[in-house]
Amino acid sequence: MKKKLTTVNFKGTKEQEEKLIAVIDKYAGVRGAMMPILQEAQEIYGYLPIEVQTIIAERTGVALEEIYGIVSFYAQFKLNPDGQIAVAVCLGTACYVKGSGDIVEEFSRLLDIPVGSTSADGKYSLEATRCIGACGLAPVLTVNGEVYGRLTKADVPTILAKYKD
Amino acid sequence: MIKTLADLNAAREAYAPTIGLRVGNLDAKEGKIRKHILICGGTGCTSSGSLTIREKLEQVLDARGIADEVKVITTGCFGLCALGPIMIVYPDSTFYSRITPADIEEIVDSHIIGGTPVERFEFHEQTGDHHAVAGLNDMTFYKKQHRVALHNCGVIDPENVNDYIARDGYQALGKVLTSMTREEVVQTILDSGLRGRGGAGFPTGLKWKFAMGSTGKKYVCCNADEGDPGAFMDRSVLEGDPHSVLEAMAIAGYAIGSDQGYIYVRAEYPIAIHRLKIAIDQAHNEGLLGENIFGTDFSFDVQLRFGAGAFVCGEETALMTSIEGKRGEPRPRPPFPAVKGLFGKPTILNNVETYANIAQIILKGADWFASMGTEKSKGTKVFAIGGKIVNTGLVEIPMGTTLREVIEEIGGGIPNGKKFKAAQTGGPSGGCIPASLIDTPIDYDNLLAIGSMMGSGGLIVMDEDNCMVDIAKFFLDFTVDESCGKCTPCRVGTKRLLEILDKIISGNGELEDIDRMEELCKYIQSASLCGLGQTAPNPVVSTLRYFKDEYIAHIVDKKCPAGVCKKLLNYTIDKEKCIGCGKCAKNCPADAIIKTDYVAPGHKLPSLTIDAAKCVKCGACMSGCKFDAISKQ
Repeated sequence: MKKKLTTVNFKGTKEQEEKLIAVIDKYAGVRGAMMPILQEAQEIYGYLPIEVQTIIAERTGVALEEIYGIVSFYAQFKLNPDGQIAVAVCLGTACYVKGSGDIVEEFSRLLDIPVGSTSADGKYSLEATRCIGACGLAPVLTVNGEVYGRLTKADVPTILAKYKD
Repeated sequence: MIKTLADLNAAREAYAPTIGLRVGNLDAKEGKIRKHILICGGTGCTSSGSLTIREKLEQVLDARGIADEVKVITTGCFGLCALGPIMIVYPDSTFYSRITPADIEEIVDSHIIGGTPVERFEFHEQTGDHHAVAGLNDMTFYKKQHRVALHNCGVIDPENVNDYIARDGYQALGKVLTSMTREEVVQTILDSGLRGRGGAGFPTGLKWKFAMGSTGKKYVCCNADEGDPGAFMDRSVLEGDPHSVLEAMAIAGYAIGSDQGYIYVRAEYPIAIHRLKIAIDQAHNEGLLGENIFGTDFSFDVQLRFGAGAFVCGEETALMTSIEGKRGEPRPRPPFPAVKGLFGKPTILNNVETYANIAQIILKGADWFASMGTEKSKGTKVFAIGGKIVNTGLVEIPMGTTLREVIEEIGGGIPNGKKFKAAQTGGPSGGCIPASLIDTPIDYDNLLAIGSMMGSGGLIVMDEDNCMVDIAKFFLDFTVDESCGKCTPCRVGTKRLLEILDKIISGNGELEDIDRMEELCKYIQSASLCGLGQTAPNPVVSTLRYFKDEYIAHIVDKKCPAGVCKKLLNYTIDKEKCIGCGKCAKNCPADAIIKTDYVAPGHKLPSLTIDAAKCVKCGACMSGCKFDAISKQ
């Protein structure tokens, strides 16, 4: 897993922290609770910067390095937040053999950001995801969760235009 | 609340009429209802808009005042994902495909009210030179299939436990709890010959038998961390028939002596998770999970755990480490999980599809199950067919069906008149099967013998436009990314293998690289800790075995015969066809297109040419040219 450290300043609120603490307390005494705690923490903050990991470490008594080890191990856990417009192109086998490799490259070229990163202004993020299981629509991608299928490289500008403003 | 087997039987009788029209029991009466309309709510059809179709349908039925005559049901996957969204009308089994909300009014007025199906929205099948409407029962796609694990998918409402009960749901659990000993249950599974559907094919009954012999607290786990890219069998079972998995886990719990189950499901499967949560709640409310099930002293509970996107967690020891809340790294075996598994306790782990077979084996008997399939592979197998195939989707076939039947008949062949080149099974752990072996009957041992593996059931079809070296690199990219890093042969070996592939694809390969790769593959296979590493070289080994000439073309001729590997491609402009319009020059991101002095006869402007030194081989020029003047080779 290629992961870098968080590059965005942390802007967590008191409210978010209270929610997080409630989650941690809910799982007190449950065996193997670290994964659900991290998953729910990511739902609260959208990502898991070191500040959030520290809160979890202090509250659960688990060492911070162990938590960081878990966070950096799993693809689902994000050290950087998604862009406001989050593009995720499926690179599962069914999509790949139908040309999704070209599509993700085209996004990268048009958005001018490397695959797997967020633009400096936080507006766009581009991700090559694992199979999302919509192989019947291959090649397929999602923008902010909305699914687009049966695409070619030529559809990329049209899709981006929808999210321009 | 169901407290005894008699309660369950009474519930089955009571709910049978509510599914009657869909399952051929036309005498069943449920109020004024005369039609059932089933809409696929699997991930594929949901992505193509089936939820809005349901909304629209309910609006129209309401507006026409016939909402009480028609029952609308969201089901799991029908299998034919390529044609989604799919809608089926019963009792006449009319199959509507690629429906849009705009079609709904006409369908309701003409078909539901008028009695005449709307032919142009119906599925049409090309058989020979015959092109005609095909109902559900005459479609080639379904005829060769035999649905066991999927028998409820696309029939019942997965969010309604009563539908499941009406289809003999929880009868098997009732039977084992009230009339079978633990040993008899395990023996039945052993006798059936059921083997693990997750990939490796270990006999399920044997796993149970080992765990039965251990003492103390035990766990039953379900592997729903379907990580194989292009595979969605397990997701479809969970989305279409979640109770079948819960029931089977409870049966396994009784057999090995466990009261706690865990389902480890991919977090990327929101619909499956949602339906599992509903199913677990409903089973609790009905008393089919929880304390003293069917009035016996057997208690069983199931909890969900979400995977977080790590392919290695499909490996059994890694999965258990992940449920424990740690980095999902595998550990050496023995001790096997049946002795020391989750939280250090004896544990069995089976795959979703394996569980989906259990209840029916108990109800219909081991002999019934063993009568299907080949000598060493019994029963059926679900495959997710994708890639360059007409009928992308989910199929369940008896073991021993040939690849040709799956691809040409059920799958409908290769689109756009292209030629079949290879089929890939087993995902990143499997291999590519060439066209010369298309008549191989599919079972565990045959696939292993030809250098692939059953795997969980992903089957990706490739045509002449796919480069096999590129496919090998695609899978290696995947395993390098997913290698957990614990053992050196996998962590370093796969990376070195990928580097050699990169070198070949970039046009810098040498013939010795082939020998190097073959040697490296052997080391990785024999020295890696877990299944991920041991099988990681398979895509390379199998493509080297069947498509060596393609590797040689890349290395010696510096050409990619399929025209995929960009660094080996050259784009050229045909100066006779080029009219000099300049569209390609505008599209070119590298300013690599320049004017020549040559004006072709009949054209007014000088033709253009590509400066090979500047060209980045993106293909933008070619896709924009309306005059077919640009080619790649």
